[in-house]
Amino acid sequence: MSTKGKVVGIISNLVTVAVDGPVMQNEICYINMSDVKLMAEIIRIGENNAYIQVFESTRGLKIGTKVEFTGHMLEATLGPGILSKNFDGLQHDLDKMEGVFLKKGDYTPALEDDKLWEFTPLAKVGDEVLPGSWLGEVKENWIQHKIMVPFSFSGTFIVKEVSAKGEYKINDTIAVITSENGDERKVSMVQKWPVKIPIKAYKEKPRPFNFMETGIRVIDSLNPIVEGGTGFIPGPFGTGKTVLQHSLSKQAEADMIIVAACGERANEVVEIFAEFPEIDDPRTGRKLMERTTIIANTSNMPVAAREASVYTAMTIAEYYRSMGLKILLLADSTSRWAQALREMSNRMEELPGPDAFPMDLPAIISNFYARAGYVSLNNGVSGSVTFIGTVSPAGGNLKEPVTEATKKAARCFYALSQNRADRKRYPAIDAVDSYSKYIEYPEFIKYMKENISTDWVDNILLAKNILIRGHEAYEQINILGDDGVPIEYHQIFWKSEIIDFVILQQDAFDKVDASTPIERQRYMMNKVLGVYKMQFEFDSFEEVNPYYKRIINVFKQMNYSEFHSDKFKKFEDELQILIKERAVVEELINKTY
Amino acid sequence: MGTTAFQKIYTKIDQITKATCSLRATGVGNEEMATVNNRLAQVVKIQGDLVTLQIFSGTEGIPTNAEVVFLGHAPQLMVGEELCGRFFNAYGQAIDGGPEVDGQLVEIGGPSVNPVRRKQPSELIATGIAGIDLNNTLVTGQKIPFFADPDQPYNEVMAMVALRAKADKIILGGMGITNDDYLFFKNTFENAGAIDRIISFVNTTEDAPVERLLVPDMALTTAEYFAAKHQDVLVLLTDMTLYADALSIVSNRMDQIPSKDSMPGSLYSDLAKLYEKAVQFPDGGSITIIAVTTLSGGDITHAIPDNTGYITEGQLFLRKDTDIGKVIIDPFRSLSRLKQLVIGKKTREDHPQVMNTAIRLYADAANAKTKIENGFDLTDYDKRTIDFAKEYSEKLLAIDINIEIDTMIDTGWFLFNKYFSDAETGIKSELIEKYGKRKSN
Ligand SMILES: Nc1ncnc2c1ncn2[C@@H]1O[C@H](COP(=O)(O)OP(=O)(O)OP(=O)(O)O)[C@@H](O)[C@H]1O
Ligand SMILES: [Mg+2]
Repeated sequence: MSTKGKVVGIISNLVTVAVDGPVMQNEICYINMSDVKLMAEIIRIGENNAYIQVFESTRGLKIGTKVEFTGHMLEATLGPGILSKNFDGLQHDLDKMEGVFLKKGDYTPALEDDKLWEFTPLAKVGDEVLPGSWLGEVKENWIQHKIMVPFSFSGTFIVKEVSAKGEYKINDTIAVITSENGDERKVSMVQKWPVKIPIKAYKEKPRPFNFMETGIRVIDSLNPIVEGGTGFIPGPFGTGKTVLQHSLSKQAEADMIIVAACGERANEVVEIFAEFPEIDDPRTGRKLMERTTIIANTSNMPVAAREASVYTAMTIAEYYRSMGLKILLLADSTSRWAQALREMSNRMEELPGPDAFPMDLPAIISNFYARAGYVSLNNGVSGSVTFIGTVSPAGGNLKEPVTEATKKAARCFYALSQNRADRKRYPAIDAVDSYSKYIEYPEFIKYMKENISTDWVDNILLAKNILIRGHEAYEQINILGDDGVPIEYHQIFWKSEIIDFVILQQDAFDKVDASTPIERQRYMMNKVLGVYKMQFEFDSFEEVNPYYKRIINVFKQMNYSEFHSDKFKKFEDELQILIKERAVVEELINKTY
Repeated sequence: MGTTAFQKIYTKIDQITKATCSLRATGVGNEEMATVNNRLAQVVKIQGDLVTLQIFSGTEGIPTNAEVVFLGHAPQLMVGEELCGRFFNAYGQAIDGGPEVDGQLVEIGGPSVNPVRRKQPSELIATGIAGIDLNNTLVTGQKIPFFADPDQPYNEVMAMVALRAKADKIILGGMGITNDDYLFFKNTFENAGAIDRIISFVNTTEDAPVERLLVPDMALTTAEYFAAKHQDVLVLLTDMTLYADALSIVSNRMDQIPSKDSMPGSLYSDLAKLYEKAVQFPDGGSITIIAVTTLSGGDITHAIPDNTGYITEGQLFLRKDTDIGKVIIDPFRSLSRLKQLVIGKKTREDHPQVMNTAIRLYADAANAKTKIENGFDLTDYDKRTIDFAKEYSEKLLAIDINIEIDTMIDTGWFLFNKYFSDAETGIKSELIEKYGKRKSN
């Protein structure tokens, strides 16, 4: 017998329910309005009352309305069919909803019950299996979707039966397994898991160290991220957080991309809907949409479901990670989720922390980031969830609670600068303030040496140093005047500008420049550092600026040209001639080129 | 708003605050409308049989035995073709002396569009103003505010943009505007002969501030009605700062914990719900929102412009350029995020690079000016950027410009050729070959 209740109080979407039996924290319930059922979650319990946050507008709700409790928390439905879907924050399939407008209580199923999937068994009768063990697989788009022993089972089991190769529906039994005390459990191709609880069906979670290529130069060449790593992108409005995340979702080297649009603009999700089915994914030869799943809770969708949306996305990511896949999870923006928590906490009249956010906000954020990571599964295969969230700091001030809490949780920091955005220096990542903690990991340094290039990390440190010195020189010039400093200062500044214009700046909307493969990044970095190491001769500071502008211009033309194409080579030759004009040491030129 | 036969009348109010009153009543729905001594009110909280009503025009003079009647529905508006050319108050009641409107009653603040049913905006809105069309191109289905100090001519610019945009309907939502502004809009629209396609909902400084909270929803519900008939609708909302102020008055009176700048913690969601009504519908019809957010002393970090910037698809920043003595659309802080959907696609392919280059050179001029302020000599390049900046401001940024987009782009090339070498502009060489060598002006 499930618990029932009655509405006794309503303030916006916080509803108080008098209950007649046991209820649990975070339990899901439905409010039975005369024409619709509204989904809600218990967020506090006191005396005989449950306080629930309703995932819908409560317009028209009356006192006395009946409420049914379900006995479970908010769960994700996990099985083949998740890829390429567009879900709302509670994993309802947006494409299955009828009409142009969202209707209250229109809860469409996440997966298709009657679709047939081609199943191939992987386990054999007599095998010993654990939660998360692979029993078989089906082909979902281009992924071998593993059918696993449900994560909610506990202990070890022996496989009693596995279905033969053939077509099955998600609810068909594809295996029977026996527990240690002889209980038989049937396994189908679909399972449920509470989104707020991490899936831990893996052997261990070592420090991540495998470089993850993104094609974005200021990330790969200066602040690299790893498979299973965490990063965040804070920045005032309009500085390029979403453009950067979209670039990541198009280019990053991952098997699956999950985009959680959390409390941001609907038109930005529409951009993905419109473009991804058209864009080719060079890795798979298929369309980008085939490796993408979108969780959309845009800013006009119910606020309470915003919090749920990021957890739903993370749970789906962990599910696919358990199949030995590399998942990239992007959330835009985690600040909206924090604000949703704040709205609810205020309505419940909890004691507020800084800026009226709930006191436990830092703990909530760090627990969430901790769910990302690189894992070794029990069968020895590895998988990863890389998580990159954006943060929208109030007033653009990085000393606000969400940014500060996230900074403690995430290992890569990609700070977008208003100043750079104003000057259209995109992506506006401030390469000096930003960092990747991974470049300090010996296992990462080793990985880069063995797989990418021997001096990758050294070059990162050098390039950052050049940028810092360039900035210092610029300040000196500003204080003392162009002719108040040695010509050398102008050179230091302009050499840092080369790195800025050629490596850091990248036009996300140019066909060629948008994505730079790692080989090309290596080539360009060496080229730029080669120029840096040269000595150029000038008679007056007035000659410095025009000369370096020409160098930068040729480099930029190279960036716009197909790698190693005739055009690229033509500009490369031009650069060579340009350098000879003023280079002091001839041998250096020959050595670098 | 008469009472119908079965409505129960309550006459005992338990509690009255500045904005609300509470009474014992049953069978009441959340957000239901009511009248309290004929003043319109809305249910904001129900605790057992204790119902709290927010009275829009305030509680001054409300007695404990006031007559309270629940109307059984959420806020509504009568929509139909007859709305055209008419002026209404925040409740949707005519204020122009015209007859009552016939049509269909719809709830305001209705549901959101399913994101998968939206279409990607793709139709350029030409305004003739280069600060907009060249640098911050507008697209149907976009939402964008003017950020301006109270002394800037934002209402004038907005009216001009509205009239030049080829919208089927223009809907004005005026919040806390002065009577003079109201008359300005009325005259401008009448003089332009456009009054039949304009509908206005106006709350002036003479009306109660809390009533403003209804204005955007009235305007947007009307917009949805016409957009559903495949029309392109432009909604003008001025001044959203005063709307947000009204939100803070209400939350303050309801004892909510304020967050930054004494604004309610829900400000982002409250504003997003309105602005996200901007949409391009799949089979024709669109809603574009142009709003005004007044700033205090140009401070965009204040919670109102800050939250707005995070919601809207860019902003148009008005600033007086002292070099040319005119108001310009500031190229640094202005942005249209949807511009990349149309520039170089619906406009000439060299548009994006010309736009970006001009702004970059304008930024160099700003650096040069800092040098002057610090008492340093200028290089030859610095001097050229300063001259460029002045001419760029005059020929392209000033709000009194009215030219075709191709002319704007050509003007850009003209200025580059006049002041800079190709290397200094850094534009893709193919584009220079194809467009840059043409001499215009
Ligand atoms: N890499 C880039 N290349 C070219 N233009 C860019 C780039 N990044 C950002 N922009 C420009 O900046 C605009 C704003 O970027 P974006 O929408 O990503 O900002 P945001 O930080 O997500 O803002 P908000 O917090 O308001 O969502 C874009 O519409 C685009 O015009
Ligand atoms: Mg964004």
